[in-house]
Amino acid sequence: MNRKDVLDLDDFSPEEIQLVFETADAMKEVLSRPIKKVPALRGKTVVILFYETSTRTRVSFELAAKNLSADVVNITAATSAVAKGESLVDTIRTLQALGADMIVIRHEQSGAPYLVAQHLSGSVLNAGDGWHAHPTQALLDMYTMREKLGRVADLSVVIVGDILHSRVARSNVWGLSKMGARVTLCGPPTLMPMLEKRGSISDLPEVRVEYDIDRALDGADVVMGLRIQKERQDGGLLPSLREYVQLYQLTQERIARAKPGALVMHPGPMNEGIEIAPDVARCSQSVIEDQVSNGVAIRMALLYLLAGYKGHQL
Amino acid sequence: MEKAIMSDVDIRRALVRIAHEIIECNEGVEDLVLVGLRTRGVPLAKRLAQILGELEHAQVPLGELDITLYRDDLDTHGLYPSVRRTEIPVNIAGKRVILVDDVLFTGRSVRAAMDAVIDFGRPRCIQLAVLVDRGHRELPIRPDFVGKNVPTSRDEEVKVRLVENDGSDEVIIARGTSEGCL
Repeated sequence: MNRKDVLDLDDFSPEEIQLVFETADAMKEVLSRPIKKVPALRGKTVVILFYETSTRTRVSFELAAKNLSADVVNITAATSAVAKGESLVDTIRTLQALGADMIVIRHEQSGAPYLVAQHLSGSVLNAGDGWHAHPTQALLDMYTMREKLGRVADLSVVIVGDILHSRVARSNVWGLSKMGARVTLCGPPTLMPMLEKRGSISDLPEVRVEYDIDRALDGADVVMGLRIQKERQDGGLLPSLREYVQLYQLTQERIARAKPGALVMHPGPMNEGIEIAPDVARCSQSVIEDQVSNGVAIRMALLYLLAGYKGHQL
Repeated sequence: MEKAIMSDVDIRRALVRIAHEIIECNEGVEDLVLVGLRTRGVPLAKRLAQILGELEHAQVPLGELDITLYRDDLDTHGLYPSVRRTEIPVNIAGKRVILVDDVLFTGRSVRAAMDAVIDFGRPRCIQLAVLVDRGHRELPIRPDFVGKNVPTSRDEEVKVRLVENDGSDEVIIARGTSEGCL
């Protein structure tokens, strides 16, 4: 994979995504060993720079880097010079001077990882930027579908919830459509981006938008719930959480409209009882915990593949 | 310029002899585990397992090892090579592990393979079987079982072709310009 950064999936080819999956297969085998550590990234320094809170993504990246024997430095905005007003670019320059080979960044501003990539000679992995992209989550979601259903192509994938604020949904739309899956987005009209009005942008992937959850779920292979992001709901886009629960919560009855054996997914963290009913989150069709464990393998694969980048190559 | 140095018959005979030597050296096949190094060590290990099975009427466990993540030259070439799955089907602790590879050259891939195997447990011993030993060791490593010793110069290339990967069985020596890989 001849690339410096992983910023979103829009510039990935299907072949590159396939290579990430195959590399993740090998990494998954490493994770099954008694000693889950290989020396591939010995001597490399991975900085995990998080401007937003996170448990699973941060720990997942840290474990992935450590399993590959990289040295890991964790920085959160609150405990760094960022709190003293240092700019993002200055922080990156400092980290570069300190010897960071790769930076994993999460930032509340959409596009921040792109700015970082311009100022860092090493690799940048986007661990989530604003509403924009979360490429490693989309890769682990697709990897989990491939593992459980044998393929991604031709699957009918329904993403339900707050699409507007969801970087997970955006990256999944790119990845899934590149891999040949059919994507349906479902949610309240106020939480749906204005896709139709931008018809002039023809290179956006084709998706179906469905406001009625029962129609959306008909015959689905994969049902993906999204978190209602309470921290991003100040603008009165939802009349009430109660109304959302009544119209869009993933319940056993609604899931029953999907294909038998359809996968139930959620990128976490879950608001159980809001976007997903507790019994659905733990039902036999739920692969939510598999998503978490596959995340480590996917991130190991990406760190390994990026570490081989050495500037412009023949 | 290419020159054949082993034919399909030579390869078969060498493997049969190696199998006999393995049995003699280990007084049977009890506790043996054959581990083939990807790519061409894997079919060679399969063939050895089959011969050993026929000779001793016992099944010898067979593993496949990808050493990519243990290589010491990851940063010296271009992009990192692709990684494939390693499969070691048994617990190797206390077992006699026989690494199987096609060509022994610098010894660096065997070093990587030993590190990888030891991460799976503490074997009683590790032995090494190769189809061709072409010399030019860079590490203190020697094979226990050799199909054929072939004196070479560094700029020559020894290519092992196997039915499973290449459609036919033969070993050829070519005056190559490419550096021998790990």
